[in-house]
Amino acid sequence: MKNTIKMIIVLTVLGLLSGAALVFIYRYASPLIAQNQKDETEKAIYKIFPEGKNYDTRIIGEDSVYKVKDKNGKLLGYAFPASGNGYQGQIDMLVGIQPDLATLAGIEVLDSQETPGLGQEITTEKFENQFKGLKVSPSISYVKNQKPQNPNEIEAITGATVSSKAVVTILNERIAKIKKDLNK
Amino acid sequence: MIKDFIKGLWRENPILVQVLGMCPTLAVSTKAVFGFSMGLATTFVLISSSVTVALIKKLVPHEVRIATFTVIIATFVTCADYFLKANFYSISKALGPYVPLIVVNCIILGRAEVFASKQNVARSFLDALGMGCGFTLVLIVLGSIRELLGSGTIFNYAILGKGFEHWVVMALPAGAFITLGFLVGLFNWINQKWQR
Repeated sequence: MKNTIKMIIVLTVLGLLSGAALVFIYRYASPLIAQNQKDETEKAIYKIFPEGKNYDTRIIGEDSVYKVKDKNGKLLGYAFPASGNGYQGQIDMLVGIQPDLATLAGIEVLDSQETPGLGQEITTEKFENQFKGLKVSPSISYVKNQKPQNPNEIEAITGATVSSKAVVTILNERIAKIKKDLNK
Repeated sequence: MIKDFIKGLWRENPILVQVLGMCPTLAVSTKAVFGFSMGLATTFVLISSSVTVALIKKLVPHEVRIATFTVIIATFVTCADYFLKANFYSISKALGPYVPLIVVNCIILGRAEVFASKQNVARSFLDALGMGCGFTLVLIVLGSIRELLGSGTIFNYAILGKGFEHWVVMALPAGAFITLGFLVGLFNWINQKWQR
């Protein structure tokens, strides 16, 4: 009986101490983590829109849309996050589209767990640059092992068709939704 | 006393001899820098929890010792995870779920149960430091070999020229098993030579 009480006391005190330690570290770290995530998004926005000087955040439903403007306040386009399933895990991207909602300004892959050396090539400039000036209507599609013929096509990465296709699918779904949201 | 530290580096190396902590060993050794950061995070948790366990060992009833160790380890792991996320965001993203998974790393619970819960604070500290360093060193070696053959670099410095065809398999899980197999083989071969 005495031992039971001792066990309860030890575990309770330990739980309290551990909880207190976690509260402390959480309060220290969470503003820094939020800042890191904001910096990452901001860096991606200005990479897609090199002339961008500032942006407004608009929240539609659960999604954020960033209206990016140049130094004279002229609207350069919209940037928005897009994520979905890749070959091995989730792919997170930031997508930029011109104000006419018909031409992509570019994409930036923020996070992905694709196969190193194959699917992970979606994070390279060479792949991402294909999306600059790409037409989104009727929808983005991909071709294999040849140069794209149409303004809405990209060339899939050799040996990583699934990853390339995943990027295209995520973009198409997200763009269709963003068009609806922005026209509301 | 010094033996407590040295044994973790070679004679009782956690990866090569005890074959513990295989999940992070195989998963995050794709690059030297990931192996290094994973090793440091694990060493931090190992030292903190071993010292804490050694400090409070007399207060903890035998029946609930494993639960106590787990709570202590989990607290330190969460601290390490938040610290990395706050200060080394890109490394934390690359290590992904493997930082929280340090909680289930058998090396840490193993050292707490086998060593720290029976020894004094100073010896537990040296034991944890030795085990942590042994773990980190093997992760760096493993990561360097895989990074060199898989992408031609070590710690992101280009070593092999542009003409080198990357061995993609080395960056994949299969490469981890192959490299670790060769490392353990080499380790045993050296040990045999020494004993003669």
